[in-house]
Amino acid sequence: MLSLLITLPILGILSILIIPEYKVNLIKQVAFLSSLLTFICSLFLWVFFDNSTSKFQFIEYFDWMSLFNIHFFLGIDGISLFFVILSTFLVSICILNSWFSIKKHLKKYYVCFLLMDLFLIIVFSVLDIIVFYIFFESILIPMFLVIGVWGSRTRKLKAAYQFFLYTLIGSLFMLLAIFYMFFETGTTDFQILNTVLFSEDKELILWLAFFLSFSVKVPMVPVHIWLPEAHVEAPTSGSVILAGILLKMGTYGLLRFSLSLFPYASIYFTPLVYSLSAVAVIYTSLTTLRQVDLKKIIAYSSVAHMAFVTIGIFTFNLYGVEGSLLIMLSHGFISSALFLCIGVLYDRHHTRLIKYYSGLTQVMPLYSFFFVFFSMANLGFPGTSSFAGEFLTLIGSYQSNTFVTFLASTGMVLGAGYSLWLCNRVLFGPLTVNYIKQYTDITRREFAVLIPLLLCTVWMGVYPEIFLDTMHLTISNLLQKI
Amino acid sequence: MLIDQSKFLFVAISLFFIGLCGIMLNRKNIILMLMSIELMLLAVNFNLIVFSVFLDDIIGQIFALFVLTVAAAESAIGLAILVVYYRIRGTVSIEYINLLKG
Amino acid sequence: MYLLLVFFPLIGFTISLFFGRFISPRGTALITCTFLILSFILSCLSFFEVGLSRSPVYIKLSPWIDSELFDASWGFMFDSLTVSMCVLVTCISSLVHIYSTGYMSHDPHQPRFMSYLSLFTFFMLMLITSDNFIQLFFGWEGVGLCSYLLINFWFTRLQANKSAIKAMVINRIGDFGLALGIFSIFVAFKTVDYSTVFSLIPYFDGYSISFLQFNFDLVTLIGLLLFIGAIGKSAQLGLHTWLPDAMEGPTPVSALIHAATMVTAGVYLIIRCSPIYEYSSSALFYITVVGALTAFFAASIGVFQNDLKKVIAYSTCSQLGYMVFACGLSNYSISMFHVLNHAYFKALLFLSAGSVIHALSDEQDMRRMGGLIQLLPFTYTMIVIGSLALMGFPFLTGFYSKDVILEIAYSKYNFLGTFAHWLGITSASITAFYSFKLIYLTFLAAPNGYKSSMQSVHDAPFSMGLPLFFLSICSIFVGYLTKDLFIGLGTPFWNGSIFILPHHLNIIDAEFIPIHIKWIPFFVSIFGGSLAVCLYHLLLRLSFSFYNNTSLFIFIYTFFNKKWFFDRLQNELIGSSLLKIGYAITYKTIDKGLIEFFGPSGISNMVFIVSKQVSDLESGKINQYAFLMFICTTLLVSISLVLSVIAPYIDLQLSFMFVLYIIINNIKLNKIK
Repeated sequence: MLSLLITLPILGILSILIIPEYKVNLIKQVAFLSSLLTFICSLFLWVFFDNSTSKFQFIEYFDWMSLFNIHFFLGIDGISLFFVILSTFLVSICILNSWFSIKKHLKKYYVCFLLMDLFLIIVFSVLDIIVFYIFFESILIPMFLVIGVWGSRTRKLKAAYQFFLYTLIGSLFMLLAIFYMFFETGTTDFQILNTVLFSEDKELILWLAFFLSFSVKVPMVPVHIWLPEAHVEAPTSGSVILAGILLKMGTYGLLRFSLSLFPYASIYFTPLVYSLSAVAVIYTSLTTLRQVDLKKIIAYSSVAHMAFVTIGIFTFNLYGVEGSLLIMLSHGFISSALFLCIGVLYDRHHTRLIKYYSGLTQVMPLYSFFFVFFSMANLGFPGTSSFAGEFLTLIGSYQSNTFVTFLASTGMVLGAGYSLWLCNRVLFGPLTVNYIKQYTDITRREFAVLIPLLLCTVWMGVYPEIFLDTMHLTISNLLQKI
Repeated sequence: MLIDQSKFLFVAISLFFIGLCGIMLNRKNIILMLMSIELMLLAVNFNLIVFSVFLDDIIGQIFALFVLTVAAAESAIGLAILVVYYRIRGTVSIEYINLLKG
Repeated sequence: MYLLLVFFPLIGFTISLFFGRFISPRGTALITCTFLILSFILSCLSFFEVGLSRSPVYIKLSPWIDSELFDASWGFMFDSLTVSMCVLVTCISSLVHIYSTGYMSHDPHQPRFMSYLSLFTFFMLMLITSDNFIQLFFGWEGVGLCSYLLINFWFTRLQANKSAIKAMVINRIGDFGLALGIFSIFVAFKTVDYSTVFSLIPYFDGYSISFLQFNFDLVTLIGLLLFIGAIGKSAQLGLHTWLPDAMEGPTPVSALIHAATMVTAGVYLIIRCSPIYEYSSSALFYITVVGALTAFFAASIGVFQNDLKKVIAYSTCSQLGYMVFACGLSNYSISMFHVLNHAYFKALLFLSAGSVIHALSDEQDMRRMGGLIQLLPFTYTMIVIGSLALMGFPFLTGFYSKDVILEIAYSKYNFLGTFAHWLGITSASITAFYSFKLIYLTFLAAPNGYKSSMQSVHDAPFSMGLPLFFLSICSIFVGYLTKDLFIGLGTPFWNGSIFILPHHLNIIDAEFIPIHIKWIPFFVSIFGGSLAVCLYHLLLRLSFSFYNNTSLFIFIYTFFNKKWFFDRLQNELIGSSLLKIGYAITYKTIDKGLIEFFGPSGISNMVFIVSKQVSDLESGKINQYAFLMFICTTLLVSISLVLSVIAPYIDLQLSFMFVLYIIINNIKLNKIK
C-alpha cells in the first residue's frame, strides 16, 4: 500500500517530463491528477487503519544497503498517518492553486511539487533514521528551487540561500549524532534503536544535536528568522507547503525521535524547551502586531502556533501530546488557508503591503467571509480545530507547569489582537480606491481550493474524535517509555 | 682547570640570534639578509669550534672548515643573483619581492 | 423539543446568511423572526415543564473532545436557572428581530444583520444550556465573536472598527482568565462536567493548589479566575471600557447584546457556579467589592455623558454592578431576578432610544434634541415607563429586584454589606438623575435640533412599536407577577440549580430592617430625579453659568466625561507600550539585530573579515614566512614538551578559550593593512 503511494508521484513526475513544454494545460492536468490520486490513496490508508493497536501498520521493507544495515523500512502508525494525509492533501491543493499564477518553467515547477510530495510521504513513513535524515534534507532542495526561481522579488535569492543554509547547518549536528548512534549500535532501524539505552551524558549530547536540527525546522525562537524571509519571498503555493507541512517535519521529528530515543534527556531539557516556547509565543505575537507585510504576519503567527506545539509535546501527558498533534494538523489547514487568501489578493493586485488594502468587504464579500472565518480559526475560536488543540495542550501543560500555561495563554489575547487587527485593516474600513482597481471576487477555482480547508477545519473542530481515536494508543505507547 | 664554556656559547648564540633577527625583522635590504646569513653561519662555526675545544674532538674543527667553504660559496652565488636581480628590478628593497603572494 | 429550542436560531442563521441573496430581505426577516418566535414558544413550554413542574432535562449528544480523562461532550442541561434565562433570551431576541425589521428596513445589508442576530442567539443559548465548562466556553467566545461582527456591522465606519476590536480583545482577556479557571478545575477535579464538579466541591474545602509558584486555596483560585472571565464579559470595573464604545453598532444590537444577554453571561456564570463561590468567602469578598465599585463608577460617568446610547450603556454597566454584588453577598436568586427584570426595561430603553434616533435620522446627541414630546408621544411613554422601572419606582418591575438588592445588602450587617449598600444607594440616586436628565433633554426641553431632522420626525412604525409595547407591559407587570416565584421565601423554583450555604442566607433578615432604611431608595431616587429636573429646567441659567465659567466644574466634567481617564490609561499604559515593544524591541533590536548578528548576516560578515585577515598572512615576503615558521615551530616544540608537565596546574580548556579569545579580539580590531 505504501509502495503504491510512493510510486504514484514518481509516475506523475515521469509523465510530466515526457509531455512537451508547450502543452500547458495537459501538464497541469496531469500534475493535478497524480496529486489527487495520491491523496485518495492516502485516504485509503486511513480507512484500513486499525485503531486498536499501537504497532506500525502497512509495513514495507526493502533492502537497500545491507552492508551498513540501512534498509528502506516504511510503516505508518497513528501519528504519521495524519501527516501523510495532510501532506498529500496540501500538495494537491497547492497544485490546483498555482494554475494560473506560474507562467515560466511550468514543467519544472510541477516536478518540484511532485518531488516534494514524494519526499514528504517517505519522510513521514520511514522507520530508519538515516533514510529519514536523507529525505528530511532533500526536501530542502525542491523548496529552495521553488523559492528561488518562482518567488516574487529579487530578495528571493537571499531568502532562499538563507533558508537552505540555516536548515542544513542545523542538521549537520544531527548527522553526527546519527553516525554516533550507528557506530554504537550497528543499526539505524528505529524500532531497534527504541530499545537501546544510552548512558545519560551521551543522551544529553545526542538530544542536543537532534534538537538543534529540529529547532531550526520548527522554528523555535532564536533560530526562527529564516521563516518570515522564506515565506515572504516564496510564491503562494510554496508558502502553503512550507507552512502547512515543512514546519511539521520538525515537530514530528521531535515527537518521534527525540522523545522515544532519549527519554531522560527530554525530561532533563524540558525547562529549556518550555522557556523558549513561552518566550516565543509572546515575542512573536508582539512582533506580529507591527508587521506591514501580509505574509509576514501569518509567518510570525505560525511561529507562535509552533511554540504551542512544542509546549504540548514536552508536557509528557496524553492531553498535551494529543493537543499538539491536533494543533499541528489544524495549523496545517488554517495557515495554508490564510496563505491562499493572501495569494488571492496578491494575484489580483501584486502587492502585499497592508497600506494598499482597505475595505475589501465591499467588493469581495465572499472572500471576506473566508478571511474572517480563517482569522477566527487562527485565534483559536471554539468550534474550529485550533481550539480543540490549543485547549488540550494548555490543559496538559497546566498539569506540569502553571507559569508556562499562564504565559502561553496570553498568546490567546495577543492572537486575537493581531488577527482581528489584520481583518479590520484589510477587510473593513473605507475602500482605498486609489490602489484597488480590480474588483473580481474569488473565482470558482479559488473557492474550490478554500472550501475543503474550511470544511476540514470545522469538521475537526466539531468532532475531533475521529482524529483523536487513531492517536490514542500510539501516543500512550510513546509516553510509556517516559 | 674548569673554564666555564657557557660564556663562549653565549657569544655564539647571541651572534646566531642577531643574524636571525636580521633576516626576520628586515624590511629594507636584501644585502642585509645575506649578511645576516653569513653571521648565522659564523655563529654556527664558532659553536662548533667551542665544542671541539671542550670535548677534545677534532671533528668539530674539520666540520668548521667545511662550513666555512660552503659559506663562502653560497655568499658568492647569492651576491651574483642579487646583482642580476638588481639589474632587472632596479631595487633591492624587500617590499617588492612578493610575487609569491596569494 | 429542547434541542430545537437551541438549534432553531442556528438554522435561521444558516439560511439567511447563505441564501439571503435568493430570498429577498423580507424573506430573511420573515424566516429569522419565525424561527425565533418558535424558539420563544418552545422555551416558554420548557419553562413550564422544567421550572414550574420541576423536572430538569439532561441531554447528552456526541462526544466532542475526548482524551484520556478529559471528556468534553456536546451536552445540554435544562434546569430552572437555564430555562429562565432561555425564556429571557428568546423573548428579547425575538422582539429585537421584529424591531430590526423596522429599524434596518432601509439598510441594504439587512439579511446579514438578521443572520448575525440569529447566530448570536444561538451562541447565547449554547452558553446557557451547556452542561460542562467547555461548551460554556464555546458559547462564551461565540457571543464575543458575534459582538465583534455586530458592532462592526457598518464596517466602513472607522470608529466602529476600532470599537469592535476593542470589544473582542478585552473580552479575550476575560476569556484568558476563564480558560485558566477551567484548567484549574480540570487539574483538581479531573472533569469539566458541571454536575460532577459541583458535587465534589465540598470535599475540596481547604485544599491548596500552587499557581504561578504561589499557594492558593483551590476554591478561591477557581472562583477568582472564573470571575476574571465575568469581569470581561459583564463589563465590570477593569475591563469595562468596551461597553460604551460598543454603542457604535446599530441600536437593536445594543438592545440585544449589551442590555439583555451577552453582558449577563458573566453574571450567569457566577450564579451557575454558586456552589464554587459559596465555599470561598475571599472570592465573594472580591466579587462584592468589584460589583459595588462598578455600580457607583459607571453611574458617576453616566451623568456627564452626552450621547443618548452611552448614557443607557453606562446605566447597564451600573446595573450589572448591582447584579454582581448581589451575587457576592450570596443572594444569587435575587441577582438572577434582577437579571431577568433588568433585561426587560433596559431593552425597552434601548429600543425606544433607537426609535428616537431613527426618527431624528440618526442623531444621537442629547443636547441636540428637545421638544419631541408632542412629536413622539408613544416613544415618550415608553421611555418614561422604562426609566421609572429602572429607577425602582414602587411596584414597577425594577422595584421588586433593585430595592430587594439594597435591602439584603444592608441586612448583611458587616462591612461588606454596608459598603455595597452605600454605593448602591448613591448609584440609585445618580441613576434617577441621569434618567430624568435624559427624558428632559430629549423630550421636554426646548427644541434644539436641526430643522431638517425635525421636519422628518415620525413616530415608530408598527414593527418597531409592537416590541416596545410588549416590553413595557413586561416592565410594569413582570416584577409583581413573578416575584414570589423567583425570590419568595422558601420557593422551590430553583430546585438545586443555585446553592447557598445556610449561614449565608439573609433573606429573612432583609424583611426586618428598620422601615426608614427601606424607604431610603425611594427618597433618593425622587431626590435625584427632581434635582435633574430642577437643574435643567428651573435653574437653567444658573447652572449654565456655573458649568461654563468655573474651572472646578470643567475639571469635574472632563474627569467624568473621559470615564475617569480609564480609557486613556489603558491605551497609553498597556496598548501603546505593547506596540512599541513589538516594533522597537522584538523586531528591530532582537529579530533583525541580535539574532541576525549571530545568524546569517553576522556569520557571513565574520567569515569575510576572517578570510581577509588570513589571506594577509600570505604576503609573499620571505622574511615574514621565515618569521612565522620560526615562531610556530618554537611554540609547537615548547608546548608539546612542556604540556605534560604543567597540565595538572592549568585548566587546558580554559587556557585554550583564553587564547581563542585573544585571537578573536585581535581579528576584530585589526583592519586590512
